[in-house]
Amino acid sequence: MPERVMFTMGDIACAEGALSAGCRYLGGYPITPATEIAEWMSIRMPQVGGAYVQYEDEIAAITSVIGASWTGVKSMTATSGPGVSLMLEAIGLAVMTETPLVIVNIMRGGPSTGQPTRGQQGDIMQAKWGSHGDYQIIALTPASVQEMFDQTVQAFNLSEKYRTPVFVLADETVGHMRERLVIPDEKDLKLEYRKTPTVDPKDYLPFKADDDLVPPMALFGSKYQFYATGLTHDERGYPSDKENVQIELVTRLQNKILHNADKIIDVERIELDDAKIGVIAYGTPSRSAKKAIKDARNEGIKAGLLRLKTVWPFPEKQVAQLASEVDHIIVAEQNLGQVYHMVKAVAAPTPVHLMAKPAGMPQLPHEILTKLRDVNSM
Amino acid sequence: MTESTPVLRHPMSKYIREDRQPFIYCSGCSIGIVTGMLARAIDNLGIDINKTVIVSGIGCTGRTSGYFKTGTYHTTHGRAIAFAEGVKIANPELEVIVVSGDGDISAIGGNHLIHACRRNIDMTVICINNMNYGMTGGQFGPTTEHERYSQTSPRPYGNLEHPFNLVKLAASSGATFVARWTAVQARRATKSIEKAIEKEGFSFVEIIGACPTAYGRMNRLGDGVTMHKHLLEVAEIQNGLPPHEAELDYATKIICGEFVNIEKPEYTAVLAEMQRKAKGE
Ligand SMILES: Cc1ncc(C[n+]2csc(CCOP(=O)(O)OP(=O)(O)O)c2C)c(N)n1
Ligand SMILES: [Mg+2]
Repeated sequence: MPERVMFTMGDIACAEGALSAGCRYLGGYPITPATEIAEWMSIRMPQVGGAYVQYEDEIAAITSVIGASWTGVKSMTATSGPGVSLMLEAIGLAVMTETPLVIVNIMRGGPSTGQPTRGQQGDIMQAKWGSHGDYQIIALTPASVQEMFDQTVQAFNLSEKYRTPVFVLADETVGHMRERLVIPDEKDLKLEYRKTPTVDPKDYLPFKADDDLVPPMALFGSKYQFYATGLTHDERGYPSDKENVQIELVTRLQNKILHNADKIIDVERIELDDAKIGVIAYGTPSRSAKKAIKDARNEGIKAGLLRLKTVWPFPEKQVAQLASEVDHIIVAEQNLGQVYHMVKAVAAPTPVHLMAKPAGMPQLPHEILTKLRDVNSM
Repeated sequence: MTESTPVLRHPMSKYIREDRQPFIYCSGCSIGIVTGMLARAIDNLGIDINKTVIVSGIGCTGRTSGYFKTGTYHTTHGRAIAFAEGVKIANPELEVIVVSGDGDISAIGGNHLIHACRRNIDMTVICINNMNYGMTGGQFGPTTEHERYSQTSPRPYGNLEHPFNLVKLAASSGATFVARWTAVQARRATKSIEKAIEKEGFSFVEIIGACPTAYGRMNRLGDGVTMHKHLLEVAEIQNGLPPHEAELDYATKIICGEFVNIEKPEYTAVLAEMQRKAKGE
C-alpha cells in the first residue's frame, strides 16, 4: 500500500504499525486504555487475512499468542497493567521458549485497578522483573502517535530478530493523544523475520544457537520435529535438571539481549552538547521536558534532554556518558521513581534528582522549568 | 546384548522419541497406555504427523506431548488449550491435539476449557483423569471424589469438596464431540480419539486412568494392575446416553461411551468466511 496520512490516536497508530509490520494475530481481552487497539484490530484483521481473537482472560490471550507465533505468524497482544499482571507467567514461557511476540502495555494508574482512564508510567519495573527467574526483556517507550506506529514496527523487528517478547510501553496519554500519522509505503518499511532452520531435519537441534546466540526457529507444520518446553532444556529441547544446562541456558538468554544492547537501544539526545543539567525522560513527560529545556535555555540555563526510546535493556552507556558530561541529572517520570533507580546506579557520583509524579497529568513544562532553576542554583 | 540380537521395535515407535525413553511414568500408571492410544489413532487415520501439533500443560500427563515426534509444546500449567487455540486459528491446516491432566484442564485451566468448548475451535482435547494431582504427589483436585483421601485431604478428614463431571461440563459448555472411556478400553477409546480428531469442531475425550502411586495408595485401591482391573469391572458402556446422565462413581460405575456428536459452525471456518467477505471476495 502507498503512503497514507491519518489524524489519529496513539492506540490506532500502534495497531496500524503492527499490521504494517506483518502482524496477523492479536489475542486480547478488552481493557482501558488499550481497548481501541482491540476494537481497531477487530475491523482491520479480517481485511488483511488475520485474526482478532477475544479470549476469556489475558492469560489465555497471551498464551494463544505464543501458540500463534509458533506457526510463523507474527502475533501480539495489547493490554494495560492489570492484564500484564495476569500475563506474567506466560511471558516467562515466551522468554524460555524464545518465542517472538509483542506485548503492548498502555500504562494506566496503579496499583490494582487504580485509575483506568488516567495515564502513568508505573509498569517499567514490572516489564523487566515481572515474571519469575532471571531474564532480559526489550521494552520501547514511544512519546508520540508517530512513534506508536514506528516503535511497534520496531518491536516486531526486534522480537523476530532476537526471538523474544518485546514490550511497547506507552503511557495512556500517548495511547490516547491524537496527532498526524504518516504510514509509510510498505516497500519503504524494513521488516525482520525470524530465521528458520536449513539443516537436514534429522540434524536439527531446536535450541542450538548460532553465533548471534539466537537459534533458528522451526515452525509447526514444517518438516522439523521439536519439543519446546518451559522447563530448562538442552540444545535438543529436552528437559534437564543438570546445573550446567540451567546455567548455559539462562546465560545465553540473557546475553542474546545484552550483547546486542547497542543495536537494540535507541535514545534521542537534545541540546546536550554543552549542557550542565541533563533531563532524562521518556513517553509523555519527555514532551514536557523538551519544552522546559527550551525555556530554560532562554533564561541562560544550559539544560538538555536525554529521551529514552528504549528502557530495557537499560541504556547504561548512554546514561553514563550523560553523567560524565553534566553536573546534574533530573529524572522526570510518571511514577514514584523507577527508571530513576537505574539512572542513579549508572550515573554515580553525578547527583540525580527525581521529579516523581504518580498520577495522570504528566509533569508540565513550567514544573520542569522550576526544577531546572532550582537545580541550576545549587 | 550382542550385535546380532534382533531388536523388536514397537509398531508405534515411529511416532515416539525413542531417545527420550523410558517414560517418566511410574509403573502401573495409565498415561503410557493413552500415549499409545493417540499414536495408534494418528496411525489409523493416516494423518500427516508433520501437520499434527501436540500440546500439553504441566503434570504427569503434561509430559505426553514431549514424547511425540512432531511439533510439540509444553505450556505453563493449565494453558495448553489456550496455546492450542492460537495455533489452530493462526494456521487452520494443522491438526491440533491437546493431552493433559484433569487438574491442568479443569482446575487451573478450567476457564480455558469451557470457553474453547463454547467457541468451537476445531481441536481434540484428551484429558487423562486420574482424579488427583499426580505430578505434585497426589493432592485433591476438581475431579477428586467427595471424602476421598489425598495428600491435602488426609485421613481422617477426606475431601470436603465435590468433583466435576467433565463429560457434563464439556457437553454443557458446547463441545461438539464428547466421549469418556477408561484406560483399559484401549480399542474403543482409540476409535473415539480418531473420531474426535476427524470431527470439525471442539472434541473432548476423557480417559479415566489410574494413579496407583498417589491416589491409589492413599485410598487403598491397590496396585496398577488391580486399579486397571477395577476400571474394567465398573466401566459401563452407554453410547449415545444424554451427557447429563453420564455418571461417574469410581467404586461402582463409570459410564463410558460417546455422548455428544453434534454439528455447529466451527470457529476457523467462520473466520475464513469473514476474511473473504472483508476482502470483498
Ligand atoms: C502455576 C502453577 N501452579 C502449580 C504448579 C504445580 N503443579 C505441577 S503439576 C500440578 C498438578 C497436575 O495435575 P494434573 O493436571 O491432574 O496432572 P497429573 O500429574 O495428575 O497427570 C501442579 C499443581 C505449577 N507447575 N504451576
Ligand atoms: Mg491428574
